[in-house]
Amino acid sequence: MKMHLDEKIWLIISFGMIIGFMLFTGYQTFVLGMGPPSHMETIDPQKVDETAPFDNPGVYQIGEKEYEVVMILEVFRFQPGEIEIPVGSTVHFTMTSKDVVHGFQVADTNLNAMVMPGHIQKISQTFHEPGEYLVLCNEYCGTGHQFMATTITVK
Amino acid sequence: MSTPLQALKKKTNEALGIRPEDAVLSKSYLLVAFAALLIGGILGLLQGLNRAGLLDLPHWFNYYQVLTAHGLLLVLVLTAFFTIGYFYAALSHTLGGLLPKVRKLAWVGFGLKMAGFVLAVIPILMNKATVLYTFYPPMAASPVFYFGLVFIVLGVWMCAFGCFIQVANWRKQNKGKHVPILAYFATGVFVLLFFGSIPVTIEVFMIIPWSLGWVETINVMVARTLFWAFGHTLVNIWYLTAVSAWYVVVPKVIGGRRFSDTLTRVVIFLLVIMNIPGGFHHQIIDPGIAESVKFLHVFMSLAIGLPSLMTAYAMFSVFEKTAKKKGGKGVFGWFKKLPWGDVRFLAPMMAMIAFIPGGAGGIVQSTNQLNQVVHNTMWIVGHFHLTVGMSVVLTFFGISYWLVPYLSKRVLTPKLNKLGVIQTIIWSAGMGLMAIAMHWVGLLGSPRRTSYTTYFDNATALGWDPYLLFLAVGGTLLMIGVILQVYAVVHLMFFAPKGETEFPIAEEEEDAAKTPYWTERWGRIIFVMLLVIAMGYVIPMVEFIVNAPPGSPPFKTW
Repeated sequence: MKMHLDEKIWLIISFGMIIGFMLFTGYQTFVLGMGPPSHMETIDPQKVDETAPFDNPGVYQIGEKEYEVVMILEVFRFQPGEIEIPVGSTVHFTMTSKDVVHGFQVADTNLNAMVMPGHIQKISQTFHEPGEYLVLCNEYCGTGHQFMATTITVK
Repeated sequence: MSTPLQALKKKTNEALGIRPEDAVLSKSYLLVAFAALLIGGILGLLQGLNRAGLLDLPHWFNYYQVLTAHGLLLVLVLTAFFTIGYFYAALSHTLGGLLPKVRKLAWVGFGLKMAGFVLAVIPILMNKATVLYTFYPPMAASPVFYFGLVFIVLGVWMCAFGCFIQVANWRKQNKGKHVPILAYFATGVFVLLFFGSIPVTIEVFMIIPWSLGWVETINVMVARTLFWAFGHTLVNIWYLTAVSAWYVVVPKVIGGRRFSDTLTRVVIFLLVIMNIPGGFHHQIIDPGIAESVKFLHVFMSLAIGLPSLMTAYAMFSVFEKTAKKKGGKGVFGWFKKLPWGDVRFLAPMMAMIAFIPGGAGGIVQSTNQLNQVVHNTMWIVGHFHLTVGMSVVLTFFGISYWLVPYLSKRVLTPKLNKLGVIQTIIWSAGMGLMAIAMHWVGLLGSPRRTSYTTYFDNATALGWDPYLLFLAVGGTLLMIGVILQVYAVVHLMFFAPKGETEFPIAEEEEDAAKTPYWTERWGRIIFVMLLVIAMGYVIPMVEFIVNAPPGSPPFKTW
């Protein structure tokens, strides 16, 4: 099988590029702790209201400028909604779904996670800029999907 | 060596063109494909107008119903029927006519698929299956919808078995010879169709008793993972079909020769081997899958990029060689020597050009952290309208300008060629505009699969509106493109002047090296494929099943 020199160069560059993407992804995931949301805990999706911590959804201060939001997603709302936090806070979201598959996305941030019934999902974000952030469901969940939204106000 | 009888068969085949029985089969498949394009295209326009905030859809035919039907018609009906119609014509042409039992299998498959689509579409129209084409449990559609899917899969399997029988028969009578290249492509495509549809079949058989109420709950993550094992494979089936025309047909259309036969076959079986675990890149931000498993899957997804990059080289190498033979000069000057006015070249060429940003976007969004930025945003919709809507579909359109007259024993007139060129330009402009706007507004955060909304007049959401207008503009241009394309197909099938049209298959270079015979060992290729699937799926599947949460009951949320 004969191959021209320029083809060999092209294939080496191609392979190198793919390995490069691999190395960056691995470095960001395992060294910088920037891996995608991948929480492993499970929950009975029919007993969410009775299972801690989801029996008390809400915003909890857990340290200086550090908050945990325990959130239930259900058709077609986020509970709690209209969250307020001070500028510079780090927020840890702990979420699950009471019914179908939902998506948790906050525009203008990298917050984006699938929230499945039966699974607990976690994701964190530090809000450096004040403003009103739009929280929306980005997985089709039914007739009212386009109204499933709330806000996070950072001031 | 071929027997005298076969040599005779081959000769008559070439002299008389396709057998009428085989032509009717392929024509029927193509007619269904382009009917699906017409209806699916109209539904697409309705969605574009809605997302731009210009059109309120009525409650009896809402945005999500339209979206479910649009997805099903274009990603299942159009692509599957075109692929089967095209490859069955290729099998008939290159393997000396279809065997009677193979033709029968393809007709049984046709009937099963049509019955399946009718069963699936009725509940969609009645708003009883508004679950989108991904039908993620625990949303539960009417059981009839899932029965429809079973029939569709059975129909596809009939066509896969038909292809395997046809190729096996040819190999038995041509011991030691390489299967003709288009039949090799067909084998790869049908191997993927068969093995790729097994996971979704298991999923549907999990769903049916649950949707009937015989079983109370379902494992949501297992179902979702099985879906994407199929869903992503389907993507690469379309792609492999388009690539077959790029490697084999386009060089002939421009008056050149094929790129290395060995490398072509290597690209085919690499795509077959590495494909199925790629489905995991749809689940990068799912819970219940460890970061280490997701990292393994970055490699499994990106690996598919390698054969695509080999293809990019191969195509431009063939173009340059052919154009320089015709007197083209300079680093880029030879581009002018390519037949830009020939729709049979222009359409697949635009498709290939679209695959440069399309493929690059694919590599970007397989990377975990970048995926988190764009997952389920309009970016993804832009990505697959660029790849499927341009790279695959424009290639199919380009094929139709010689395949349809070849089947109907008619010819492509200069006038219709011109119409095709205009169609290609309109389509590229419409899809290009729409895809760029979708990518951009997705980066800003606009979600996919959501009917028009301002989220209670939220300032961020209102800021997306100017970009979303381009969905209406693009959709309108594409609708014009659909009408022109369907007109061209109908004209070529029933009204164009009678005559002989060639099935364009490029020859190898005269000094081409002999292809090693190990490329023909499909048993080994399938074995390695199953090994790769096991590497990708055993760990996460065991995790989902062993550490399964209590299951979910069915929900109807629409």
